Amino acid sequence: MTTTVAPSAAAPAPSGEPTGRGGPPRGAKLVRMLPLTPAIGLMLVFLAGPIIYCVYAAFTNMALTGTGANAVKFVGLDNFRKAFESSAFTNAIWLTLVFTLISAIIGQNTLGLGLALLMRRSTKLVRNFVGTAVIGAWVLPEVVAAYLLSAFFNDDGTLNVMLHWVGLPGQDWLYAAPIIAVSLANIWRGTAFSMLVYSAALSEVPKEIEESAEMDGAAGARRLVFVTLPMISRAILTNLMLITLQTLSVFGLIYAMTRGGPGTKSQTLPLYMYEQAFSFSQIGYGTAIALVMLAIGAVFSLIYLRGLNSEAA
Amino acid sequence: MVMRKRFKAAGALAVSALLLGVSACSQGSTTKEPDAGGSQSAGPANIKIAYQQWGPGTVMKNFLTGAKAEYEAANPGSTVEIVPIVASENDYYTKLQLMMRSPNTAPDIVYEDTFLINSDITAGYLKPLDDYIKDWADWSQFEETAKGAAKAQDGKTYGVPDGTDTRALWYNKEIFAKAGLPADWQPKTWEDVLTTARTIKQKVPGVIPLNVYSGKPMGEASAMQGFEMLLYGTKDTLYNFDQSKWVVGSQGFKDSLNFIKTVFTEGVAPQPKQSLDPNWGNKVGSDLLPNGKLAIALDGSWLYNNWQKTGAKPWPQWTEVLGQTAMPTQDGSGKGKVSLSGGWTWAIPAKSKNPDAAWNFIKTLQTQKNATKYATDGAQIAVRKDVASDAGYKSSAKSTQFFTDLVAVTVYRPALPEYPKVSNEIITAMEAVMTGQSSPDEAAKNYDEAVESIVGKDKTTTESQ
Repeated sequence: MTTTVAPSAAAPAPSGEPTGRGGPPRGAKLVRMLPLTPAIGLMLVFLAGPIIYCVYAAFTNMALTGTGANAVKFVGLDNFRKAFESSAFTNAIWLTLVFTLISAIIGQNTLGLGLALLMRRSTKLVRNFVGTAVIGAWVLPEVVAAYLLSAFFNDDGTLNVMLHWVGLPGQDWLYAAPIIAVSLANIWRGTAFSMLVYSAALSEVPKEIEESAEMDGAAGARRLVFVTLPMISRAILTNLMLITLQTLSVFGLIYAMTRGGPGTKSQTLPLYMYEQAFSFSQIGYGTAIALVMLAIGAVFSLIYLRGLNSEAA
Repeated sequence: MVMRKRFKAAGALAVSALLLGVSACSQGSTTKEPDAGGSQSAGPANIKIAYQQWGPGTVMKNFLTGAKAEYEAANPGSTVEIVPIVASENDYYTKLQLMMRSPNTAPDIVYEDTFLINSDITAGYLKPLDDYIKDWADWSQFEETAKGAAKAQDGKTYGVPDGTDTRALWYNKEIFAKAGLPADWQPKTWEDVLTTARTIKQKVPGVIPLNVYSGKPMGEASAMQGFEMLLYGTKDTLYNFDQSKWVVGSQGFKDSLNFIKTVFTEGVAPQPKQSLDPNWGNKVGSDLLPNGKLAIALDGSWLYNNWQKTGAKPWPQWTEVLGQTAMPTQDGSGKGKVSLSGGWTWAIPAKSKNPDAAWNFIKTLQTQKNATKYATDGAQIAVRKDVASDAGYKSSAKSTQFFTDLVAVTVYRPALPEYPKVSNEIITAMEAVMTGQSSPDEAAKNYDEAVESIVGKDKTTTESQ
């Protein structure tokens, strides 16, 4: 699990490529491949198959009803053109980025790191208690979590009651600020993952280095920024990559809380895709949006991977 | 390295083979259409019949259960499986369409809304019924308009209608009395409706003055009961039949959205988030109206099926408490009032394994006795002459005469394969306006662009007549 100080795993090991070095004769290798064929066949059918079918569908007018259901035909880039001309689509992209930024990159990431740092210094009792609470939110089934959170953010829900106690005016979160509400919900639900990653990474930071930094006069925030964080930077990047990809594709939580509404105020790409494909029957268009989502995920991954590589160098 | 390349090549080959296989399969199954063969008598068979079950109403369930017993008694060895599809508007159609795509899951009889049937016919999901109908004596009892309801552009008939409906304003006379309004309410313009709603808001707090369905969760109910009841009261329409083109950029469209904006921003309508509950339609019928929480409802003629003995919320007093009045046109011009009609049909999927038995069951559903029973319990407007003249049907409800008279002014939706897509854009525009996300002008502009991309720019016009 720990991605911190494992130099052997960091550089792509050349030993993974047996073809380069002599090895057994070709016939023997083919025989060795034989036991793998069922697995590869299954992967092709159940993994590669749907993906390729999805790519194919994105360039057709496939639909659940109307002409696209009877005579599926290639429409070239029409679906993509339609998407980029549509204001609903740009709205969905924008909301997806906001949702990812607020809930994953800022929320889960910093909160998870903060909790991990604090828990390192706390007593066992506090650590156990906080750990259980945070991980509890994570193990809850998505729909249950969404139900609890919509009760929390509801007009006469817990949040507004608490705000009234301290004399602050409440508001109907799910209606007035739905993207904020679902972002907070996703932070609540997903922070445990970052916390676990960072806890593991921090436990790998040698005590001696921190102590010597303290001896040199780097205390508190300075030590955190200049010593601890650089030492776990690989864990940070890995964590960011994982939670970003997870958050980009969050569907159930938002659907159960707001259905993407009101209007399209919390309609991120997965919800827009679902609506177009399954409520409005446009399978071809829906899969085209899925491909765009894939591309966005790929861009994020590339950025993080670059960071990881430059770290390794 | 060589090995790797080979592997890739093999993989690609396998995948493309797979894909070809898949498409070949689907090709095969779509082209192979079972023969009609209406004359053959069907042997014992199992038939599956799918319909929408949403909310507490059980009228259709009870009706089908009765017909099932009748059919199974008359055809020993045959069984009828009733398949309720528990889903809200849009989800029901999606689930049905997914079922009809494969011979393994296709039901033998489906309940299809007339607005969708042309789209599903184009999709090749349904079987033409002409060979069956030509030998069926009861077909002559159907009104001509009803026969046309499920007739496709190819001239064939794909469904047997079991009723139609009209739409108007229902209002609560007790709330009207509290607000000092007349029991005999005859609004002449949209402004009259708004003024009355404002009076109720002012004089009877705690009551929702006016309900107009709006937004995506209510699906076609929003488009038809809500939006089109407004639009067809303006000088504009959705579709220009003379030019065979869809209408974009019309003032009537914007005015209708403006009406939606007005009722929601002034608070004479429910709160937007209430209206955006997929259960809202059930709530209006089984809670708000019977419990005196809603003063005026723009709704369908069938609404009272909730309040009958067999309904979700028996409420015999409805005949005294509620009044019905026609929805006026925007400024009282034209015929002065407006109504829209739809209805549902029984259809047989193209991939049904037992179309002959399915047809026999449809005939059981449509005996004079059963057709009358459903028209009465389901609060339908009869589409058969023998049902319409039935004494029991005529006296079934106090509102029947009122809603039947509206047939004189009623309008049908453009029964075209593209209509469901256009309808989705209408409810999207409504939701944007009611939640304050867009102005009516912006929402209308987005609608125009969407319609142009659905039907093609050359199939749109700015002239309604």
